[in-house]
Amino acid sequence: MNADRHSQGALPDTICPPDTIRFVLDGELVEIRNPDPTRTVLQYLREDLRKIGTKEGCAEGDCGACTVAIAELDQSDSRLRVRAINSCIQFLPTLDGKELITVENLRRDDGSLHPVQEAMVDYHGSQCGFCTPGFIMSLFALYKNNAEPGRREIDDALAGNLCRCTGYRPIIEAAQEMYGYRVVKDSWLEEPFAANGKCGADEKKKVEVLKSATRSAMLSVDDGKRRFFSPRSVDELASLVETCPDAVILAGGTDVGLWVTKQHRELSTVVYTGNVEQLRELSVTKTHIDIGAAVSLSDAMLPIIEHYPEFEELFLRFASPPIRNAGTLGGNIANGSPIGDSMPALMVVDTTLVLRRGDQAREVSLSDFYLDYQKTVLEPGEFLERILVPLRPSDTQVQCYKVSKRFDQDISAVCGAYSLRRNGAGITDIRIAYGGLATVPKRAVHCEAALTGREWNEDTVRAGIEALDRDFSPITDMRSTAEYRRTICGNLLQRFYLDSSGNASSRVYDYGR
Amino acid sequence: MHRPAYMTMDAKTSPGRQDAGQTIAGAVGSPIPHDSAHLHVSGEAIYVDDIPERQDLLHLAVGMSARPHAKIRKMDLSAVRRAPGVVAVMTAADIPGENNCGPVIADDPIFAPGLVQYVGQSVFAVAAETVDQARKAAKLATIEYEDLEAILDPRAALAAGSFVLPSETITRGDSQAALADAKHRLQGSLNVGGQDQFYLEGQIATALPAEDGDLYLYSSTQHPGEVQHLVAAAIGKLSKDVVVECRRMGGAFGGKESQPALIACIAGLMADKTGRACKLRLDRDDDMIMTGKRHDFVIDYDVGFDATGRIEGIEFMFASRCGMSADLSGAINDRTMFHCDNAYYLENVSIVSHRCKTHTVSNTAFRGFGGPQGMFGIEYVVDEIARYLGKDPLEVRKKNFYGVGERDITPYQQKIRDNIIEEIVSAVEKSADYQERRKEIRAFNKESEILRRGIALTPVKFGISFTATHLNQAGALVHVYTDGTVHLNHGGTEMGQGLFTKVAQVVAEELQIDIDRIKIMASDTSKVPNASATAASSGSDINGKAAQAAAAKIKRRLIRFAAKHFAVPKDDIEFINNRVRIGAESISFEDLIKRAWFARISLSATGFYRTPKINYDRSTFSGRPFFYYAYGAAVSEVIIDTLTGENRILRVDILHDCGESLNPAIDMGQIEGGFSQGAGWLTSEELCWNSDGELTTHAPSTYKIPTCSDLPVDFRAKMFEAGRNREPTIYRSKAVGEPPLMLSLSVFHALRDAVASVGGDRCRPQLDAPATPESVLKAVTAMQAEGGSS
Ligand SMILES: Cc1cc2nc3c(=O)[nH]c(=O)nc-3n(C[C@H](O)[C@H](O)[C@H](O)COP(=O)(O)OP(=O)(O)OC[C@H]3O[C@@H](n4cnc5c(N)ncnc54)[C@H](O)[C@@H]3O)c2cc1C
Ligand code: FES
Ligand code: FES
Repeated sequence: MNADRHSQGALPDTICPPDTIRFVLDGELVEIRNPDPTRTVLQYLREDLRKIGTKEGCAEGDCGACTVAIAELDQSDSRLRVRAINSCIQFLPTLDGKELITVENLRRDDGSLHPVQEAMVDYHGSQCGFCTPGFIMSLFALYKNNAEPGRREIDDALAGNLCRCTGYRPIIEAAQEMYGYRVVKDSWLEEPFAANGKCGADEKKKVEVLKSATRSAMLSVDDGKRRFFSPRSVDELASLVETCPDAVILAGGTDVGLWVTKQHRELSTVVYTGNVEQLRELSVTKTHIDIGAAVSLSDAMLPIIEHYPEFEELFLRFASPPIRNAGTLGGNIANGSPIGDSMPALMVVDTTLVLRRGDQAREVSLSDFYLDYQKTVLEPGEFLERILVPLRPSDTQVQCYKVSKRFDQDISAVCGAYSLRRNGAGITDIRIAYGGLATVPKRAVHCEAALTGREWNEDTVRAGIEALDRDFSPITDMRSTAEYRRTICGNLLQRFYLDSSGNASSRVYDYGR
Repeated sequence: MHRPAYMTMDAKTSPGRQDAGQTIAGAVGSPIPHDSAHLHVSGEAIYVDDIPERQDLLHLAVGMSARPHAKIRKMDLSAVRRAPGVVAVMTAADIPGENNCGPVIADDPIFAPGLVQYVGQSVFAVAAETVDQARKAAKLATIEYEDLEAILDPRAALAAGSFVLPSETITRGDSQAALADAKHRLQGSLNVGGQDQFYLEGQIATALPAEDGDLYLYSSTQHPGEVQHLVAAAIGKLSKDVVVECRRMGGAFGGKESQPALIACIAGLMADKTGRACKLRLDRDDDMIMTGKRHDFVIDYDVGFDATGRIEGIEFMFASRCGMSADLSGAINDRTMFHCDNAYYLENVSIVSHRCKTHTVSNTAFRGFGGPQGMFGIEYVVDEIARYLGKDPLEVRKKNFYGVGERDITPYQQKIRDNIIEEIVSAVEKSADYQERRKEIRAFNKESEILRRGIALTPVKFGISFTATHLNQAGALVHVYTDGTVHLNHGGTEMGQGLFTKVAQVVAEELQIDIDRIKIMASDTSKVPNASATAASSGSDINGKAAQAAAAKIKRRLIRFAAKHFAVPKDDIEFINNRVRIGAESISFEDLIKRAWFARISLSATGFYRTPKINYDRSTFSGRPFFYYAYGAAVSEVIIDTLTGENRILRVDILHDCGESLNPAIDMGQIEGGFSQGAGWLTSEELCWNSDGELTTHAPSTYKIPTCSDLPVDFRAKMFEAGRNREPTIYRSKAVGEPPLMLSLSVFHALRDAVASVGGDRCRPQLDAPATPESVLKAVTAMQAEGGSS
């Protein structure tokens, strides 16, 4: 990185040119003019700055060695909110307006350790140490967001961090014990989460710096080879996407990032939705949970789980917190992977999408959104604006089951979702959708037809299972064989029957917890 | 979750110490943290990729074979050469020295010489100004192949008689007759999968050209000496011309025993060619595709036994996927043969081992080194016998244990002198409440239609020493500076296992100085020559002894000096707690050092150790390959879902023997980490190849090692309190790197127990490892089809 493009400590009140990204690192504002838009934060740290604390273990978001924390202004614009993310798949310009916190920032000036670090030393949480900086940053995010995490919350917070050496027991213990250490006064980094914690002087200062880095106009970066636009309003976005229909829309980048790091694809124009005000809105109306397409999975899942507690396990097993912090529900839907996890569940509760092109908006049922492998009804120049998840009708039973080789942070072999309305024993409305069984996530229309109107009993379920054969002809891959997929597709329907008829069929994952 | 004992009690009093009141920091037996822990947590620990880069550094990438077995008809690399940033390209033809990175026999080319033998084999390398440029350029080659018939799995290799090394046999007694005479007889065939090491730090080496054509290498390796020799041979030079250094690895697990040679040879060759510093860091996918893994095995058995379940005769056939070259497969498969008895006395036995050549990546060392697969075989057989007879598998296990003073000779003729398996098993059976819980689980299974639980106790007996006797040697170099501080070098390498910490504790104890007076130096071939790989769990055993010897040498000189200088008898001089008592006087260690230096006493010494008592003749597979055995046992309880095969580990109780632990915290880390790694091997970690010979699970997105939530909620690991090595090892400790991995067999057998409950008593489900949900469901479905639903 040459010196004139990379200046540290710029005055907070400088007006930031539209081609210059601006973020906070090591407590100072950093400005970079026209950076390479698809350079990852990890490459920037390790290669450009030679800050070597953050590690690369996979470059695809799956190991957590590269975990860093991002602090940004919360909705009130007066407090900081901190989240762990995977720096290996995050593009550098997405840092604009945020603070990047790395493992190097935690050790105190006098050389002593941050409570999170001290606990990891005391409880022998590192062996080879390569995974450790990533764990430290995930633990740091936990420390700042949860006052007294239980085992399940710790498991979840660390679901995106692999450790091959320790077997995790000492790390879990460190997570439990990290709150018991001496902290430096008036340091935001060191204050653990407190439910009604006040905004201290240190935090106020940080808030002010971030405010000064906030921009109102669009960021547009061009390094000569690649362009990056970060519009602020949905109209700006709409006109950009319409005028460059070949641009890659970037939301959380947890799919797109891998195109660059793994497939070495060249993205010549990137349009980032992460700063589009309207797309970041999340609200619950009288009829719907209304989710802007740029709302992170972490945020979007909260109201969904509140209204559909049955989907909690699905969302907790969806990737890992760092991926859910960056990734969006909109990205999951728009990406349209056959194994995307949110779609079957959202299909059976009759989710509607709002699509936008220019100033035209239209609504499409999620069940009708997918045409074929990675093909959707989106027209050139059109994008996904909002996701409307209906509130739960009182008389509906829903369930969703994800089956994968590993409990956490794994891709489904099969994911099945069900919603059932009955009149006495008779089925008045049943919706069934599966991921992992076809080229797209899709409803099991034959099965639904075979069940509707019948009595909800074992015979009916058997008929339903037979009908599923007409809905899907699954394939064999490294996640499972076609045969297994076919079998559990039916068995999951059976499980739904058992669950919905009050039979005890608690899941292995809940047992003993 | 249970806290390990060391956290609730004071450090074990060290065996060598009389004076418990006055102790140095970091004495032997104290649970001090890893020496680099404070650096790990602050991101300041330096791994190879973190070393400051030289201005002239080039980044390398490897061009890989796309075919499992083919002649290269034509290779057009012009687009690679033309790509932006590219400085040099190398193929087999450009190697000035030997085109080989094989550790034992020279059958592992650095670059394929016209014939490719697995998908991912290195064919050429490219050097460019940036990592990105190198990796992109490496994809631009046009290679024309002429496909040859590819053998892609061990069964096919067996059928074709395709082997990398000759098959081997161990026999004792008359298995044929015993089988024919036995009251009961069972036969079967098992599959046990391989495993990727998945060290978090991928393979990497940086080569720096030095003056006079020499090379200085940083390599992430368990075996710097081998890297040195192979790089020197590749560039057509001698060992003296190459220095290899490794301060630490980000995990290795055997995957950096022989595999780093390829990476380092490529970096070395390119540095030699370009005269510029060269770094090769493999991308995770390339790493998983290009480098070897744990061998998967096909195991056939034929066993005869009496009504109590005691084995009377047994025949084993092991066939492993060695891949395209021998690598370490000889010793690995030998160890399989040495461990297919586990803790059981096999009177009439025949063990046949085939080392299959397949057109897949050459498999290599992985924690346990073939032992786990051998144990998998016998544990499965014992479980079969129990189920056939309708007995508790634990009862049958006990029936077959090696005896003490009788039934104590292994199939390879080693007499077992330190057998404590009964003691350990009974202790954990009791502390885990095995019998009661087994009853309760059976009751639960009667009531529960969909969810089924299972429990199993399995023992571990693991032989310690390299089976190649000559490797059981180690060297160390200790310097004491005039301020009384110490530099410690030895031939071992640090991969996270805490070897450096433990050896430093030994030196601290020997010299009676605080451990923070000792600086642990990187492994460096210019400090300690010809060191064996840090492997076979022997790291602390042999390097600890070598370092102790070096420190003791200096200490003896100091005593001789002090005796003369202060005119006191030698035996009236004592090193305690950073001081030296000389008769009635006491001076600080530092003070003594200053005086000794002034008196021109040498304050630097080498130490050497060779493991005693072992002697073993490979031509007859008999003798004493192992200095001693490490023991342990575990009880695991699991739950399975009979609709999907999904499963969880509910509770684990471990009792493991570390002898007199040098550092209980670090050893506990090995026990727990090893167990967890083994559990991954037997459950979620599945390697898949497609019919084109391509590995389809080559990233963490598809290859699933355990995460946090896979750790059982109730996890109780303990060390065997009464542990003490009967052999005079370093402070009577025992090796702990590998043995705990095999405690995880209890998980597999608990799963099998749960599956068997579907079929009712005496059912013997066929369960393959890894027991993924799919594999469990398959076994469940087979049980249901057999008709027995209890
Ligand atoms: C380690 C890891 C684990 C994962 N685990 C899971 C999992 O368990 N389950 C699962 O389902 N997925 C998983 N994923 C995939 C991914 O995280 C999700 O698909 C995520 O929701 C994508 O969202 P994003 O915002 O990151 O999308 P991006 O990567 O930014 O975009 C994805 C695609 O959607 C398009 N797009 C984004 N926003 C819009 C819009 N508003 N309009 C039109 N097109 C748009 C992009 O152009 C791109 O084609 C995982 C990914 C990783 C790296
Ligand atoms: S490097 Fe593995 S998650 Fe980023
Ligand atoms: S300490 Fe080695 S991977 Fe976690």
